[in-house]
Amino acid sequence: MQPYDLPDEFGHFGQFGGTFVAETLIEALDELREMYTKYKDDPEFLAEFHSDLKHFVGRPSPIYFAERLTKQSGGAKIFLKREDLNHTGAHKVNNTVGQALLAKKMGKPRVIAETGAGQHGVATATIAARLGLECVVYMGSEDVKRQSPNVYRMKLLGATVVPVESGSKTLKDALNEALRDWVTNVSNTFYIIGTVAGPHPYPMMVRDFNSVVGKECLEQMPEIANKQPDAVVACVGGGSNAMGIFYPYIEHKDVKLIGVEAAGEGIETGKHAAPLTSNSKIGVLHGNRTYLMQNAEGQIIETHSVSAGLDYPGVGPEHSWLKDSGRASYVAIKDDEALEAFHNLCKVEGIIPALETSHALAYAQKLASQMSSEEVILVNLSGRGDKDINTVANISGISL
Amino acid sequence: MSKIKVTFEKLKEANKSALIPFITAGDPHPKDTVQLMDTLVENGADMIELGIPFSDPMADGPVIQRASERALNNKVGIKDTIKLAKDFRKTNKETPLILMGYANPIEAIGVENFIQLIKEAQIDGVITVDYPPEESREFVKKLNEQKIDSIFLLSPTTEDERIKLIAEQASGFLYYVSLKGVTGAANIDIKQVSEKVNNIKKYSDLPVAVGFGVRDADTAKSVAEISDAVVIGSRIVKEIEASEKNHIFSNVKKLVESMKNAIDSSKAQ
Ligand SMILES: Cc1ncc(COP(=O)(O)O)c(C=O)c1O
Repeated sequence: MQPYDLPDEFGHFGQFGGTFVAETLIEALDELREMYTKYKDDPEFLAEFHSDLKHFVGRPSPIYFAERLTKQSGGAKIFLKREDLNHTGAHKVNNTVGQALLAKKMGKPRVIAETGAGQHGVATATIAARLGLECVVYMGSEDVKRQSPNVYRMKLLGATVVPVESGSKTLKDALNEALRDWVTNVSNTFYIIGTVAGPHPYPMMVRDFNSVVGKECLEQMPEIANKQPDAVVACVGGGSNAMGIFYPYIEHKDVKLIGVEAAGEGIETGKHAAPLTSNSKIGVLHGNRTYLMQNAEGQIIETHSVSAGLDYPGVGPEHSWLKDSGRASYVAIKDDEALEAFHNLCKVEGIIPALETSHALAYAQKLASQMSSEEVILVNLSGRGDKDINTVANISGISL
Repeated sequence: MSKIKVTFEKLKEANKSALIPFITAGDPHPKDTVQLMDTLVENGADMIELGIPFSDPMADGPVIQRASERALNNKVGIKDTIKLAKDFRKTNKETPLILMGYANPIEAIGVENFIQLIKEAQIDGVITVDYPPEESREFVKKLNEQKIDSIFLLSPTTEDERIKLIAEQASGFLYYVSLKGVTGAANIDIKQVSEKVNNIKKYSDLPVAVGFGVRDADTAKSVAEISDAVVIGSRIVKEIEASEKNHIFSNVKKLVESMKNAIDSSKAQ
């Protein structure tokens, strides 16, 4: 069997990925690629990275057997990889610590980030504070409204939050604006992208930093479940928590990998954020070629999801590749199903999950009920839901 | 010989730099686009750059972003842009016409289809902002087969090796982005631009156009002195945006005239 070694040197995962940016960014990406190549196997850099993950982030995160959830679903055992217990409350921080260390090595005093749910923004602001870096976070003005606790958190941490008013005023527009900032301030600024999208080397680099999640699972699962999982389930916005847990399992061919997209109000309504499940066309956005929600003339269309972190019209190029190659499969969960799973996990397990994560949970429960009690599902519990309580209360007609 | 090349050769004989204004197709309204293009030509445009509206114009500043949004609100996308270009060609066969846009709309309607359509519209060149040479070899080959120029951007950070690589794939002219930033950003440093342009000319015989930061006649004049063409985009789009409906054409006329006079006065002495 050929080992999995994607992307190639140009960042291609088959026909996906690549470097589709204006010439003004090429030099910066060349520099980043060079530095990442230099440091990614450097023992000193890795020691520093893992030391931060241990002492600052609190890794390794535990795997938890969700016994009552399992009973309730009636079937396969459900295990949760507790990324919600990380400092700052989500998997996003793994990548952020890695990129911020790289920024420091490259001598960049200023970091910028885009954010949807605000988790990546908070993680970036946090690590920037710790390393003494200036931090600017771009956030769609729609998301500023629905994730206000995280906006305040970022400000507490000393970051400047810039609401983005262009386009659909969500994650994709924040990414555009961050790219614009980067071309303008390229000499002193490091752009910390928060998911496995963007031009090469970002999809690879973000995956690598997040793959600590899957690597820990490989060790922890035999201890706690006596076996590797039969299926790994993770939600997919851009796809970083999913790639982080999938990647170390890619060569374990008998482990099913399932990504859960946001079906919003339903795939058939067109109001969703599920480029893979809805069979969107392939296109080019934010520096890479991937499946992309667009109209017949290539304009990116607005997405809908109750969770800001999944509200993205594209998906990391490696997921497009994994879908086409058949190594992973992708499904979608609607807003109301995710909300139900959210409330359910609170009550049954005493864990408030992020709305993004709730999509993965909803699907895992469905899947578990179709599997035997000998089988095991591992869910990436990508983040905690404290940031979502306003949204959920609102939907329930409660004002806080 | 391509119309772009012919135009540059004529200007060179006259010791002049070209004026290349940019507008976004469908802004402020599709029925204005052809008349605006005619106005640009009547008042001194040597070539025209016509922007294809895109929902996510990541290399553009707020002015051109808003133009794109207005055009999209008018339902003008890539196909209507080409149609408008075709309409312009009904009465103007000479002025070189260059489309500027992003990769996704082109791929969405299909590269072959796109090239067929722009050939029919007698478009002379294409700038695809997010197609660096490495990712666009096939596209460039197909454009060349139809004798359409592929114009590439060069930036202040582009190193010599890369200038060579880009020059090999480019035709028509090279477009030097005069500052680190998006379209319409801060004023430019003429001395630095001059050094860069001279450096580019070491690696290529193609004419070099300069754009992204030219906001007034004085800057246009100094840029014209050191380059073969001055691209003026955000400044014109801003004029369109700021003008009352019945003054758009007269205001654009005045602006382009003043730019043209400045450019023509540059190499006169
Ligand atoms: C908790 C959580 N999970 C998942 C996501 C989705 O991102 P990705 O698909 O990159 O993991 C986010 C994004 O904000 C998030 O905050």
